[in-house]
Amino acid sequence: MSALAVYAPLLPELILALGAMALLMLGVFRPEAQEEAGRIMWLAVAVLLASGFAVLQGAGKQQLFDGAFVIDSFGRFMKIVVLVAAAGALVLSFDEMSERKALKFEYPVLVLLAATGMMMMVSANNLISLYLGLELQSLALYVVAAIRRDSTRSSEAGLKYFVLGALSSGMLLYGASLLYGFAGATSFEAIAAAARSPGAGQDLLLVFGLVFLLVGIAFKISAVPFHMWTPDVYEGAPTPVTAFFASAPKVAAMALFIRIVISMFAGVQPQWQQIVVFLAIASMLLGAFAAIRQTNIKRLMAYSSIANMGYALVGLAAGTVEGVQGVLLYMAIYVVMTLGAFAVILAMRRDGTAIEDISELAGLSKTNLPMAFAMAMFMFSLAGIPPLAGFFAKLYVFMAAIKAELYTLAVIGVLASVVGAYYYLRIVKLMFFDEAGQPFEPTLPKERAVQWVAMVLVIAFVLPIISAPLVEAAAAAARTLF
Amino acid sequence: MDIGLGHYLTVAACLFTLGIFGIFLNRKNVIVILMSVELMLLAVNINLVSFSSYLGNLTGQVFALFVLTVAAAEAAIGLAIVVVYFRNRGTIAVEDINMMKG
Repeated sequence: MSALAVYAPLLPELILALGAMALLMLGVFRPEAQEEAGRIMWLAVAVLLASGFAVLQGAGKQQLFDGAFVIDSFGRFMKIVVLVAAAGALVLSFDEMSERKALKFEYPVLVLLAATGMMMMVSANNLISLYLGLELQSLALYVVAAIRRDSTRSSEAGLKYFVLGALSSGMLLYGASLLYGFAGATSFEAIAAAARSPGAGQDLLLVFGLVFLLVGIAFKISAVPFHMWTPDVYEGAPTPVTAFFASAPKVAAMALFIRIVISMFAGVQPQWQQIVVFLAIASMLLGAFAAIRQTNIKRLMAYSSIANMGYALVGLAAGTVEGVQGVLLYMAIYVVMTLGAFAVILAMRRDGTAIEDISELAGLSKTNLPMAFAMAMFMFSLAGIPPLAGFFAKLYVFMAAIKAELYTLAVIGVLASVVGAYYYLRIVKLMFFDEAGQPFEPTLPKERAVQWVAMVLVIAFVLPIISAPLVEAAAAAARTLF
Repeated sequence: MDIGLGHYLTVAACLFTLGIFGIFLNRKNVIVILMSVELMLLAVNINLVSFSSYLGNLTGQVFALFVLTVAAAEAAIGLAIVVVYFRNRGTIAVEDINMMKG
């Protein structure tokens, strides 16, 4: 085998990294025009899709770089979700940014670099590659949050995201250093083997390392009590960027979380389980109650995403194949619902300015019925009302929790989703039963396309033709970790 | 008295705690927050290098070099964001970073 063929499994990441650099060159050497930036945006979408295609070509399980990088069907599932989320967010950005004449070629390049980091996070099998992937993603995201340089809110969002992100990376790294001291190696297998030895659960290095590592990742998925940056960053960042933040990075960080607790800390399950259960309960409750008094729809979506991470963690807390399968399905469905909801939020525009007040949605069904219907479907789905996709997502994670005899957790989860239903249904009530305000500008074609595709997926998930392959793929992906 | 692994770990833990407190208790200047972040990462490096020397295993030192590199990139991006923020608001005092609340 030639030297180059060894790196063939790395093709998706190589496409992303080289594509990002090529687009950067293209952007630097061409005149700075809106059309040029638009072309680079489409090329970036093409690079993401090409990388996704390369991911689909892979099969089996391979390890590269002395085991630091692992490619398995769990990784492939999560990578596809990440790439679809990133591509969807880029397509969504297009209309909004060209409307404002704010298309910049740096934005798609940074999204590609962040996606490369996310792919590395998903495949990381060593503390060093974990840290490098996480930082590649985070550093790109800090810049993306502050991409609108002349806006106070955007730069403040970038600053807040940077400070709390750096803090969380520091915590994660401190945990990694303690785990290295505990196991004498940085590979997940070596740490897993050391953690399986009798009495490891009482080792202070392991326990502190575990806690710090999980705190760092909990920051990245914005689980309570490490969520405080989320509402501010989501509100301040430009809306297309918020759509990206709410989808792809969450998936990658959740993949990292799953791989770490399931394959690295399998030997100390009671220790991590109580942390995950606590994070899940706190996120679900805070997400449900804090969202009630929000008036800004982006802040509402921030609390909604906090609550959704809590539901996903319910499946992880079970620590079984069904639980992991539930989390994978949950993340895939969550991405579709979130991108759809943001496609509606982006279309809330009047006289060229974006509207973010929830009350402005009043009477939308009379002025723009298709958009109101799409938003209603996303809200019903997020609330978990059958037969929409969000119901099945919750069903899988709660079933896994009940099978693992975590009854309290499942009951709290169901109660929290009842509270959550209140604020989702309030939006539906506003749109369909309140007096109509001024109409929004007509929805732009790409936003409408994302709305419709997401809505069809959310509704059609009940058909086995759509759901069966996804459920099968998630089950196969979950089994590779055990 | 011999200076052993425990002493190094204690120093690192103290530095790390100082870094965290620097971020949360500092009410003056964002630059101080950047310094605190740097302090946390350096504490981690002390940890890594002392474990590496104690275990007779080079991985920790390799890790420390990677951390140094990433810390430099992180400081560069942090300062760039602070500059952008200063151009918009004309201040980098921590108590003024309050456009969004809730």
